[in-house]
Amino acid sequence: MKKASSPWTKGLSLGALLAAVCVLPFIVKPFQLEVLIFLFINIVLVVSFRLIAITGEFSLAHVVIMGTGAYASALLGKWFGLDPWLTMLFGSLTAAAIAYILSFPLFRMKGFYFLIGSFAAGEAIRLSWGRFRGVFGGSKGISAIPPLEIGNINLGMPVPFYFFALAWMVICLVIMYRLEKSRLGLTLHAIHWQDLLAESVGVNARHYRVLAFVIASFFAGFAGTMLAHYLSVISPHEFGLGIMLSVLVWAIVGGVGTFAGPIIGVVLLSFVDESIRAFDEYRPLVYGIVLILTILFLPEGLQGLPARVTLFVRRFWRGGRRETVEARPTGAGVASDRPPPSAS
Amino acid sequence: MLELILQTCVNAIIATSFAAIFAVGLMLIFGVMQIINFAHGELYMAGAYTVWVVYAENNLPFFVAVLAAALVVIVIGLLMEVALFRPLRGNMLGGLIVSIGMLFILQVLAVHFFGEGLMKTILSPYRGAWEVFGLRGITVPYQRLIVLGVASGLLALFWVFLRRSRLGWALRACTQDPEAAALQGISINKFALIAMAISAGLAGVGGAVMAPLVVVDPHMGSSVIIMALIVVIVGGLGSLEGAVLAAIIYTFFHTFMTTFFDGVIANILGLVVMMLVLVIRPTGIMGTSEKS
Repeated sequence: MKKASSPWTKGLSLGALLAAVCVLPFIVKPFQLEVLIFLFINIVLVVSFRLIAITGEFSLAHVVIMGTGAYASALLGKWFGLDPWLTMLFGSLTAAAIAYILSFPLFRMKGFYFLIGSFAAGEAIRLSWGRFRGVFGGSKGISAIPPLEIGNINLGMPVPFYFFALAWMVICLVIMYRLEKSRLGLTLHAIHWQDLLAESVGVNARHYRVLAFVIASFFAGFAGTMLAHYLSVISPHEFGLGIMLSVLVWAIVGGVGTFAGPIIGVVLLSFVDESIRAFDEYRPLVYGIVLILTILFLPEGLQGLPARVTLFVRRFWRGGRRETVEARPTGAGVASDRPPPSAS
Repeated sequence: MLELILQTCVNAIIATSFAAIFAVGLMLIFGVMQIINFAHGELYMAGAYTVWVVYAENNLPFFVAVLAAALVVIVIGLLMEVALFRPLRGNMLGGLIVSIGMLFILQVLAVHFFGEGLMKTILSPYRGAWEVFGLRGITVPYQRLIVLGVASGLLALFWVFLRRSRLGWALRACTQDPEAAALQGISINKFALIAMAISAGLAGVGGAVMAPLVVVDPHMGSSVIIMALIVVIVGGLGSLEGAVLAAIIYTFFHTFMTTFFDGVIANILGLVVMMLVLVIRPTGIMGTSEKS
């Protein structure tokens, strides 16, 4: 953290951002409003994805877990006529429960095996939705999911739902942020970077990995329930591998190293998406190129860009004396305020 | 009933031969570079499209088209190795992610040049079918026999190359322990290129001979890459023998499930079986090291 951003300036800029976001729905076009709503849901999704990523594992089941929440909420609403508020809670809990069950086989694996194992688990669930028409509505999915209501405001309309999604996104982000700064979050970081050391001081790494997985799945499931009650139609198609890869791209391009990274990634790439809407079939091309360039040139993601630019500018100023600058440890994200000692 | 079982066995054997060369190619890349190439399915797609252009549109002989497919795909593969995989060697997650990027790019290029949703069916050069050992009711179309012949021939050739030639020895050394191999004076860069060429060539030829049997479209790689990932994981990362064994087991299982139930059930059960194998042996059947 840089010294320049005191809590005051930080709070002020956050406030300004919030104010701007509150005015937005009244000035943008309707379809852009829709994009923003999806953006809020995706932010919750990608930040919860990062919660697993900080333990060192990437779960490719995450979007399907989100779908589990959506399906559970929709089915409870349709079968039992429960209030959508209640089904949203139960939907999120179902997602967490499914994640807990999956954690038994999945956390026996590590690294690449975990990646593919989680993909397999997710895909098996997703294919079941398409196959068992009687229960899950087949490939057409579930339609006419009851919309949310507060008092007599119908949240199925874009503008009220915009504020609803915004509020819940802020709440989820605050909870997840606090979680990461808490003892639990620090433990998660520890088992990623030093899992043998952490285990040797008595931390049950597997237990904490499962905990992170279940909590992240709860939030993913919650994002899913918001999606279900907004769209009022869900199908297995909404939770496919393509979406999962998008989540991966957002997280990686933004950088999973910091809390803000994935958010930067999803916001930026959503704007890119919007600006190339006319060339929809080239969208994956842009994603692919951005992904490759990020991995090759910005391994810590966009959040590492300012530090790199600073380093570059410094290098540029001292063009004549390259070797002194090269001698500095590269990849040091935080450039000190003091200029490096010049060799003479 | 007996006929159905025999026919399914015949089908499974042919599917296995293709699955084996595809998965062995994927495994070879992993062995030498510690990179899982998600774009391997797109190399297969590129092979199929080359056959479409050379054989179906320009009416050149089929075997010319297959050779052209191998060449085109090897060139794509070598470019990928030099530009993407070389800077990221040993960085498993990084390599995986650039290959996903490459998957997007190749798919979009295919859509750009050939269009999407236009069913491209290629007529097989050898129509008709062989009644297996004169048994009535059990038939194999000639094109499938070509797949079987080409795939098992290439696999045998690859095996001889690995076991009998100096280059093959060196290549095996690279897959077993890249660092120790480098200490013996084996150039990892050179062998990464050789491995990539073999792997891409196998995928390209696979795509070429399969092209008349499947619908050629830009997303045809997705289903085979999922199959191949299951196979290499079940077989155990880094073990070529494991990949072949897992290809046989998985393909037989999948073919029988598809015949007796349906394709989706077969996919679901295949994934569940894979999970079970991983629960019992978290590093696959023949995998030894827990690489992460």
